[in-house]
Amino acid sequence: MSTPYAKLPAWADYGLIPLINLLVAFVVAGLVVLLVGENPLRAAVILVEGAFGSGQGLAYTLFYATNFIFTGLAVAVAFHCGLFNIGGEGQAYIAGLGIAIVVLAFDSTLPWWVVFPMAIIASALFGALWALIPAYLQAKRGSHIVITTIMFNFIAASVMVYMLVNVLKPAGSMAPQTRQFVEGGQLPKLGWLLAEFGLTVRPSAPLNVSFLLALVMAFLVWVLIWRTKLGYEIRTFGFSSKAARYAGISETRIIIVTMLISGALAGMMALNPIMGDQHNVPLDFVSGAGFVGIAVALMGRSHPAGIVPAAVLFGMLYQGGAELAFEMPNISRDMIVIIQGLVILFAGALEHMFRPAIQGIFASFSPRSVGITATKGERA
Amino acid sequence: MAEAAIELIGINKSFGAVRANRDIALEIPRGTIHGIIGENGAGKSTLMSILYGFYQADSGEIRVNGKPASIKTPNDAIAAGIGMVHQHFMLVENFSVLENVILGAEGEALLNKSIAKARSELRRLEQEYGLEVDPDAIIEELPVGLQQRVEILKALYRGAEILILDEPTGVLTPAEADHLFRILQQLKEQGKTVVLITHKLREIMAITDNVSVMRQGTMVATRKTRETTVEELAELMVGRRVLLRVEKGEAKPGAVKLSVKNLTVKDSRGVTMVDDVSFDIRAGEIVGIAGVAGNGQSELMEAVSGIRKAVSGTVMLDGKPIDLTGQADPGELRDRGLAHVPEDRHHVGLVLAFDESENSILGYHDKPQYLKGPFLNLDAIQKDAQEKIEKYDIRPANPRLKTANFSGGNQQKIVLAREIEQDPGVLIVGQPTRGVDVGAIEFIHKRLIAMRDQGKAVLLVSVELDEIRSLSDRILVMFAGRVVGERGPETGEGELGLLMAGVEHKEAAE
Amino acid sequence: MEFIDALINILNSTIRVSVPLLLACLAGLYSERAGVFDIGLEGKMLAGAFAGAAAAAVFASAWIGLLIAVLVSVGMALVHGFASITHRGNQIVSGVAINFIAAGSTIILGQAWFQQGGRTPSLPPEGRFGAVNLPFADALRDVPVVGQPYSGLLSGHSLLTYVAFLAVPFTWWVLFRTRFGLRLRAVGENPAAVDTAGISVAWLRYRAVICTGILTGLAGSYMALAQNAGFVKDMTAGRGYIALAALIFAKWKPVPAMFACLLFGFLDALSIRLQGSPLPIIGKVPVQLMQALPYILTVILLAGFIGKAIPPRAGGVPYVKER
Repeated sequence: MSTPYAKLPAWADYGLIPLINLLVAFVVAGLVVLLVGENPLRAAVILVEGAFGSGQGLAYTLFYATNFIFTGLAVAVAFHCGLFNIGGEGQAYIAGLGIAIVVLAFDSTLPWWVVFPMAIIASALFGALWALIPAYLQAKRGSHIVITTIMFNFIAASVMVYMLVNVLKPAGSMAPQTRQFVEGGQLPKLGWLLAEFGLTVRPSAPLNVSFLLALVMAFLVWVLIWRTKLGYEIRTFGFSSKAARYAGISETRIIIVTMLISGALAGMMALNPIMGDQHNVPLDFVSGAGFVGIAVALMGRSHPAGIVPAAVLFGMLYQGGAELAFEMPNISRDMIVIIQGLVILFAGALEHMFRPAIQGIFASFSPRSVGITATKGERA
Repeated sequence: MAEAAIELIGINKSFGAVRANRDIALEIPRGTIHGIIGENGAGKSTLMSILYGFYQADSGEIRVNGKPASIKTPNDAIAAGIGMVHQHFMLVENFSVLENVILGAEGEALLNKSIAKARSELRRLEQEYGLEVDPDAIIEELPVGLQQRVEILKALYRGAEILILDEPTGVLTPAEADHLFRILQQLKEQGKTVVLITHKLREIMAITDNVSVMRQGTMVATRKTRETTVEELAELMVGRRVLLRVEKGEAKPGAVKLSVKNLTVKDSRGVTMVDDVSFDIRAGEIVGIAGVAGNGQSELMEAVSGIRKAVSGTVMLDGKPIDLTGQADPGELRDRGLAHVPEDRHHVGLVLAFDESENSILGYHDKPQYLKGPFLNLDAIQKDAQEKIEKYDIRPANPRLKTANFSGGNQQKIVLAREIEQDPGVLIVGQPTRGVDVGAIEFIHKRLIAMRDQGKAVLLVSVELDEIRSLSDRILVMFAGRVVGERGPETGEGELGLLMAGVEHKEAAE
Repeated sequence: MEFIDALINILNSTIRVSVPLLLACLAGLYSERAGVFDIGLEGKMLAGAFAGAAAAAVFASAWIGLLIAVLVSVGMALVHGFASITHRGNQIVSGVAINFIAAGSTIILGQAWFQQGGRTPSLPPEGRFGAVNLPFADALRDVPVVGQPYSGLLSGHSLLTYVAFLAVPFTWWVLFRTRFGLRLRAVGENPAAVDTAGISVAWLRYRAVICTGILTGLAGSYMALAQNAGFVKDMTAGRGYIALAALIFAKWKPVPAMFACLLFGFLDALSIRLQGSPLPIIGKVPVQLMQALPYILTVILLAGFIGKAIPPRAGGVPYVKER
């Protein structure tokens, strides 16, 4: 597994290079802003102010970030196993069905703190289930998981449209969505938490307890990957499937278990918009969060400590983007989609672009810090 | 002496801090077979890759037929009349022979004419050199020997006057190798120049006119083959380190630890690699398996250690059966006291991206001493790694350092420490000193002898005959998937060599 | 006669919806046969459609629209190439990025330039590729047996439709009868063999992704300049992914690719036409099932239950010269 690149100090590897990649993504996004005739610097100011300038803005930023923490973690867990789960979108969408089943059954009889744990389990279960078939096909029949999870996104969309239109829609209603949840299916808001810090937040702000669940999950993922036997096995397999075989780690089991965890994390994302904000299951509630998870995981280098801030950054883009659309009519929230794409491009596909140059700079300062991997010499 | 086909003057090449070629000078007379010999890592392949334009030298000059040649890409080499048969064939597996032959030498934009031309040209080459091969056969359906023939045809089709072969017999059966040598002789008679890279002395003596010896990136000597001896070449190859003799006492074999009966193993393509092999290993002895690489040793090791499923056979560990054809996996075997130091430490024995301490538990990560419930017991793992580092003198002595940053010898020590310190009853070791520096070799050998003296059963697989002879108490020779003979450690190199080459038992015993 | 009419009708719409699939599918074929996986077909098609519609609206010319569409698609293909060939980045990640960049920028730029909520202005006839009537189409209309299929089915499509179907044998010919095709297939199987034969792996792969760009540009042009009269936001609506599914379904071969696209197109046309009304034997089939069928079929194929889809061996792996 020797990389063709020489090593850099850890802070450059995990701090400087991602930062430069991110910066370039934003510079290019700035060029797009220029292209549509607006001032990129002013756009950036509006963006940041809209996201963090008020309690209300902050509440929305963290609400969006909640989605992205879940989906980012989902992508990251799979990455550690060397798998690309591009199906977070579909897994989260199907999880909505699990939540609907639980909440529609109990929301009028049980309090939220009883319904919520059941809904967490249901969402995780349905999300995991939707990841199970691609995982099984990858493990047992070698079907490329990227393609199968893409296919499963589309199949999930069809399933959900069918369910919402033909099964879950209350009689007499026109809108393809479930009935409105009553009290037991509504999660408490967290606006008061921000209010504690002297910020003003209107009760309508959607930030809710699933944000806390997301932070707990981030911590648990860290524990899982770096502190448990299972995590050790996942990482071993991710780096070298041959070494995993040698170490007695079952390929089938590790692929399936990892994908179940990944799918469950993606599934939990559905809690936030459904129980935390909309209080029903509408069409298309995932609206791309599954894909944002890819950008978040790449930016966060698959580490929860990177994923949470990356998710907040994207939360900021989503919330600030809404403000931006209001202030600059030429810019809609789709600007965020471009930035997302650029981040994926520069932090993901082109992550090594600036490495040689940076290595050159480091080498010119201290030639000894840029060694070459010890494995090279023996192979000549 | 004939005019030089190739002259290399002052070639230097470094990969980062590693100087693969230092100031190489070499002259290869036209119309000869020239051997280049050296141990793994001596810089032979790098030098030839420079000659073929795959790499560029940092400095130095190449002359072809007396004229300075600027060889920057394989294209330049081909244009200069140089062809190369790579160790790993450069063939497109699902293409036909014809398609492979014309690839890159199609001539024009449409294929029909070039295919017709190649077809008749192949027929001519077949008649001239005895290079028979069905032009419409698909590569992946051909045996290895024929695939290699296609590589030679590719070079000749491009008009190569100088043919470089990189370790061409590594993958061949002795019969195929003999055929190859006949072909090379024929090429020489037709005036072609052949450069043969190998680390096998026997081949050099058998077919070359001249031989150049490389050691640690330098060209140490060039000799006329008929004026030198195997002994001289061996000494030139290894330098001061002449034959390795390890101090060891008499073996005291005890009860049978591992008993293998009628084991048959196939590779992923369904080819039988291990064919009805049986042997026992007793406590307190080292059994060495000698053989040319690719005669089934790797598959045997993989099957016995549970990595690869066997097709049939019974294996008993401490008198109890192991189901190698079904459920057995490496984890279960480890639990039963069978440890394995694999041949390929980079991809199998280690995860190079892990830090040292993480690798020191690979395969034993589910042992209770490293765990607290489902969690890793990091303190215990670190402490354990630190102890092994001290005991095995692993440097740098930092359990948190990434494994990729250790030298080959220290990486091997990490694997050995992990496997030996679990106190297994049976240890399977593959190529223990491949790519390992001299100091570490001695340490590793002593460790293996110590294992034996503690009453463990050791199965040693190595392509280094010296290593097998100096460590083993009994030597099994594998050829074409079978064990073709068993000998004592005092057996001469010549006799073992004949066995390894597949010469019949009785003849060899004479 | 009513049945024949209905059949001609549905086959006609099958052809219409198959064309962008086919062009995108062949586009993917060039790239993936060369060992560069491309899940960014969707994005390139979308960008091509937008650029084509925008240019055709400004210059009131379908041909200029086509040219710009191709240029933009090729540009995006080159970004994918730059990331995955030159910088050996992850090809999946790069493809995802391209899709996002296209999805966002077509809307932003469309809104900024035309102020119609992401649409481009409706195109005048000269900005579109109109129907091409084959010779004698009108004269033969009433000839029994051959008349209807000829004048009703074969004739009357846009130029790009004929281009798409001609691209199938052309692609086969390129792949299996030309030097470029031989090398392209080789580089997708074993780039080291191509490298040691003295051919540049990078340049060969770049040429392959350029072919991909040209064809996705045509696919986008068809949607914006022939099938519709302009660009609507997100107008490709997942067709790039269906094309990808078709490519796998066709096992990376040109002629089967055409049949796979026609099959998926037929399912689409059928579901539009039925809109929930019952089928003769099967009974009522949910529209959503019909829409999901291409994806379900592809998964079943990938699972190896109906033959095995083996991708080009070097696909998805950046080429690193190594010893």
